Amino acid sequence: MTHFTAPHIEYSQLAPVLIVLAVATLGVLVEAFVPRAQRYLVQVSLAVVGSIAALGDTFWVFDKLNPGHGTVHPGQVVAEGALAIDGPTLFCWILVLGFAVMGVLLFAERRLEGGVTAFAGQASALPGTDAERIASTQGMEHTEVFPLLMFAVSGMMIFPAANDLITVFVALEVLSLPLYLLCGLARRRRLLSQEAAMKYFMLGAFSSGFFVYGLALVYGYAGSLGYAQIAAAVAGKTGSHGLLLIGMGMLAVGMFFKIGAAPFQAWVPDVYQGAPTAVTAFMAAGTKVAGFGALFRLFYVAFGGARTDWLPVAWAVAILTMVVGSVLALAQTDVKRLLAYSSIAHTGFILTAFLGARSLADIGPGNIQPVQALLFYLTTYGLTNIAAFAIVTLVRDSSGEATSFTAWTGLGRKSPLVAGAFSFLLLGLAGIPLTSGFIGKWAVFASAMSAGAWPVVVIAVLGSAAAAFFYARIIVLMFFHDPVADGPSVVLPSILTSGVITVCVAGTVVLGLVPGPLLDLLGRVAVFIR
Amino acid sequence: MSFPWLTVMLAVPVIVALALAFAPKSISATTVKQIALGTSLVVLVLGIVMAIRFDNNGGMQFTETHDWIKTFGAHYALGVDGLGLSLVLLTLILTPVVILASWNDGDEGRWGPKGFFAWILALEGLAVGVFAATDVFLFYIFFEATLIPIYFLVGGYGGPNRAKAAVKFLLYNLFGGLVMLAAVIALYVESAKATSGPSYLLSDLSHLHVGTDVGRWMFLGFMVAFVVKAPLFPLHTWLADTCEEATPGTSVLLVSVLDKIGSFGMVRFCLVLFPEASRWATPAVVVLAVISIIYGALMAIGSDNIPRLIAYTSVSHFGFIVLGIFVLNSQGLSGANLYMFNHGLSTAALFLIGGFLISRKGTASISRMGGIEKVAPVLAGLFLVSGLATLSLPGLSPFISEFLVIVGAFVYSPWAAAFAVTGIVLAALYILVMYQRMMTGPGPEEIASSPISDLNVREIVSVVPVIALIVLLGFFPKPLLDMLNPGVQHSLVQVGAHDPTPTVPLSGPLSGGTGEGGSK
Repeated sequence: MTHFTAPHIEYSQLAPVLIVLAVATLGVLVEAFVPRAQRYLVQVSLAVVGSIAALGDTFWVFDKLNPGHGTVHPGQVVAEGALAIDGPTLFCWILVLGFAVMGVLLFAERRLEGGVTAFAGQASALPGTDAERIASTQGMEHTEVFPLLMFAVSGMMIFPAANDLITVFVALEVLSLPLYLLCGLARRRRLLSQEAAMKYFMLGAFSSGFFVYGLALVYGYAGSLGYAQIAAAVAGKTGSHGLLLIGMGMLAVGMFFKIGAAPFQAWVPDVYQGAPTAVTAFMAAGTKVAGFGALFRLFYVAFGGARTDWLPVAWAVAILTMVVGSVLALAQTDVKRLLAYSSIAHTGFILTAFLGARSLADIGPGNIQPVQALLFYLTTYGLTNIAAFAIVTLVRDSSGEATSFTAWTGLGRKSPLVAGAFSFLLLGLAGIPLTSGFIGKWAVFASAMSAGAWPVVVIAVLGSAAAAFFYARIIVLMFFHDPVADGPSVVLPSILTSGVITVCVAGTVVLGLVPGPLLDLLGRVAVFIR
Repeated sequence: MSFPWLTVMLAVPVIVALALAFAPKSISATTVKQIALGTSLVVLVLGIVMAIRFDNNGGMQFTETHDWIKTFGAHYALGVDGLGLSLVLLTLILTPVVILASWNDGDEGRWGPKGFFAWILALEGLAVGVFAATDVFLFYIFFEATLIPIYFLVGGYGGPNRAKAAVKFLLYNLFGGLVMLAAVIALYVESAKATSGPSYLLSDLSHLHVGTDVGRWMFLGFMVAFVVKAPLFPLHTWLADTCEEATPGTSVLLVSVLDKIGSFGMVRFCLVLFPEASRWATPAVVVLAVISIIYGALMAIGSDNIPRLIAYTSVSHFGFIVLGIFVLNSQGLSGANLYMFNHGLSTAALFLIGGFLISRKGTASISRMGGIEKVAPVLAGLFLVSGLATLSLPGLSPFISEFLVIVGAFVYSPWAAAFAVTGIVLAALYILVMYQRMMTGPGPEEIASSPISDLNVREIVSVVPVIALIVLLGFFPKPLLDMLNPGVQHSLVQVGAHDPTPTVPLSGPLSGGTGEGGSK
C-alpha cells in the first residue's frame, strides 16, 4: 500500500450539516472572544441565521437531487457510503432545522424570567449557595446554550442520514451529549433539573453500551458496517442467524431508548419534567424526528430482509408503549409530566407506522407508505408539542412555572386565549378531527392496517380513547372549574415565544384542514435510497 | 357550477359562530341572541327552498364533489337523498326553535350567551355536514367534530354535575367513534386494493367487494359507534346522565338531531357498504332493539326526573327505529326513516316544555310537582299534546312511523312484533302517569304558596311550530313519505333484501291519503 486515496466528500450535498457545525463552532469562539454584554445578541443571531441558512441550503439540495421525481435513484449516497442523502433524510433535516429555529427562539426568551433567559446564571454554582445568589443578582446568563443546541442539531441531522453503523453511533452521541447538558441548566428548581440530566446521561450511556454491543455483533454477522452490505448479508443468509438476532435486538434497545419506547421509557417523565421547558420542547420534537428517521432507515434498509424476525418484537413494543403511555398518563397531576407520558403514548402511535413494513411490491400505487405516514406524523407531532410546551412556560407564579394541575385550574377564566390555544393543542394531540393530529393518526394506523397489523390498530384506537380522557381532563380543569385563590397567572411573553406558539398552532390547524399537499409531497419523497 | 346549497348551509352557521366567539365583549346579549336567531332562520329558509327544488325520484342531489386528500382517497363530497334531506331539515327546523326557547338559558353559564349561541350555531353547521356527507372520511370528521360543541354546551351550561356528565358523554362517544375509526381505516385498505386507487366516496365504495370476514368486522366497527350514538341497550347509559345535566335546548339538539346520526349511519353506511354483514347481524340487532324498546320504557316508568324520563323514552324509541331498519323490508325501513324525523319533533317538544316547567319550579323531580294544569293550562296542554305524540297517539305524526315499524317487524317475525308492541303499552303508562302526577290533582302544599306563571309569548311561539308540524304530519305524512320512499327502495336493493309475499300497501288505508307511498 504505497499511496493513499483521499476520500471523496460531496461537500455541496453535505453543506447544511457543515453550516450547522460551523455555526456551533463559531458559537464556542464567540464565548471566548466576545464581551459578556454582547454575547446574547451575537449568539442568538448566529444560531438563527445559521439554522435558516442551513434550512435554505437543504431546500437547494432537495431541489438539486430532486428525490421522488421518477428517477431510479432518489437521492445519493455520499461521503464514501457514510451518509445517504435522500427524500426522508432531507425532510428530516427540514423538520429538525425548523424545530431548531423555534428552539433558539424559545431559548432566547427573556421576558418571562424578568430580563434573563430560563437557563442557570452560573451552572457551576451549587444550588442554594452564595455563588448562585450572586450569579442571579448580577443577571448572569449561560449563552453557551446556543452552541450546545447547534451541536445537538448537527447530530440530529446526521442520525437519520447515517448509512453505516459507525456513523449512526457517532451521530447518536453527538446529538445526546449536548442534550444531557442542556437538561441540567434550569434556572429554577435546579436540583430537579440536575437530577434529570444525571438520569438522562446515565441511562443514555447505558443504552449506548447496548447499541455498541449490537453494532459489534452485527459486524460479526455481516462483516461490514455499511447498511447496503448488511442488507446483502441478510438477504444472502450468510453468517449465523442467532448473531443477527441478538445484534438487531441490541441495536433496537439503543434506538428504542432514544425515542422513549416502552420498556425503555422510564427516563422520559423525569427528564421532560426536570429540563428547562424550552429544552423539553425542542428535545421532544427534534429527538423524535432524528430517532425515528434513524430507526426506520436502519431496520428498513439494513434489516429489511429479516422483517419477519423483528416485526413481532416491534408489534409488542408498539402495543406496550401505547398502553404504558396512555395508562400511566391517567394518574398524572403535573402538566409537564402529563405531556411526557403523552409523548410516550405518541411514540407508540408512531411505531404503528413502523409495523407497515412490507416489500415495495406490495404497496400499490397511491397507497400510503410507512415512511410517508411517519414523516407526516413527526411534522404534526413536533409542531403541536413545541407549542404545548411553549405555553407551559407562560403559566407562572412567584416560584417560576406552575405546572401542577391545581395551578392550572380555572385558567380558562383568567386567560381564555392561552387556555383556548392549549385546549386546541390538546385536542390535536388527542387526534380529534379537524386538527393535524387526526390526519397523522389516520396515516400511521392506515400504514399498520395495510400490512395486516389490525390487532395493533384496534389497541391503538382504544389507547387513543384513554389518551383523550387525560387530555380532556385538563380542558375540564381549565374551563369547567373556578380558579384557585392566588394561583398563577399567565405572563405575557415577548414576540419570540408568542411567535413560535402562533406558527405552531397555525400549522396544527392548516395540516388538519388541508394536509393533501404535504402528504402528496411525502408520498413522492418517502423512499429510502439503498 | 350550480349553487352550493349544502356548503352554504354548513358554512354560514359555523362562520357566524366563529364571528360571535371572537366578537368584542361590548356586544350586548340581546344582539347576540338576535344574530343567532336571524342566522338560523335564514338557513332554514334556504333549507326550505332546497326542499322545494328537491326531486323525490332524483336520487342523490345537490351534490358537490371535490378532491380533498388524494393520498387517503378522501373527498369533500356532499349530497342528500330523501333521508339526508329530511334530517337536514329537522336540524334546520329545530335550531331556531331551540334558540328561541333557550333565549335566557345561556345567561348564567360559564361563557355567557355569546358562547352558548355560538356553540349551538356551530353544532347546526356540523350536523348539516354529517347528514350531507357522501364520503366516509368526511362523514367521520363531522361525526367526531359534532362532539365538541355538545361537550362544551353540556359542560358549560348545565346542572351542578355538568362537568362529569360532559366527560361521560365525550368518552362514550369518542370510544364509539374511535372503534369506527379502525373500521374506516380498514375500509381504506380494502378500497386501496382496487385498481383505481383508494376512494372514500360512497358511490365508489358501494361497488367494492370485500371478503365476508373483513366485511363483518368492519360492519361491527361502524355499528359500535352507531349503537353508542343512537343509544341502544347496553351502550345507552350516557344519555340519561347527559340529559339530566344539560339545558333543555342542548338535550333537544343532542337527542333529536345528533343521536339520529346513529340510526342514519346504520341506513347510509352499514346497509349500503356491508350488505352481507347486515343480513348476517340482523337477528342480534333485532334482539338488541327489542330489549332497548322494553328496557327504555321500563326505566322511563321508574324515573322521577323529567329529563331522565324523556331520555329513556328515547332509548325506547331508538329501539323502534333500529328495529325498523334491521327487519330489512320496505315497511320497516320506511317507518324507521319517518320515525327519525317524527321522534325528533315529539322529543323536542317534550324536552322544551318540560324545561319551561323545570325552570319555573326550580326542580326536575316529578314527585314534587302537581296540580300544574290549574295554574298553567297552556303549558299543561302543550305538554299533553307532545306527550301523546310520544306515546304515538293516532292522528299525531309518530303513530304512523311506529305502526309501520311494527308491521315491518311482524313481516320479519311475529315474535319481534309481539315484544315490540309492549313498548306502546308501556309508553302510554309512562306518559300518562307522568302527566297525572305532574299536572293534575291538588299537588303538594307549596303549590299554593308559590304559584307559577303560564308560558309567555316567546315560549309559546317557540314550541307551537313543532306541535303544528306533529299534527300536520300526523294527518298528512305524504310529502315526507314520498321524499323518503325512493331511498328506502334503493337501500333495500343495495342490501339485497326482498319484501316477502305481496306487500301491504304502505300506510295507505290507515293514515288517510298516502296511497302511493310504499307501492313504488
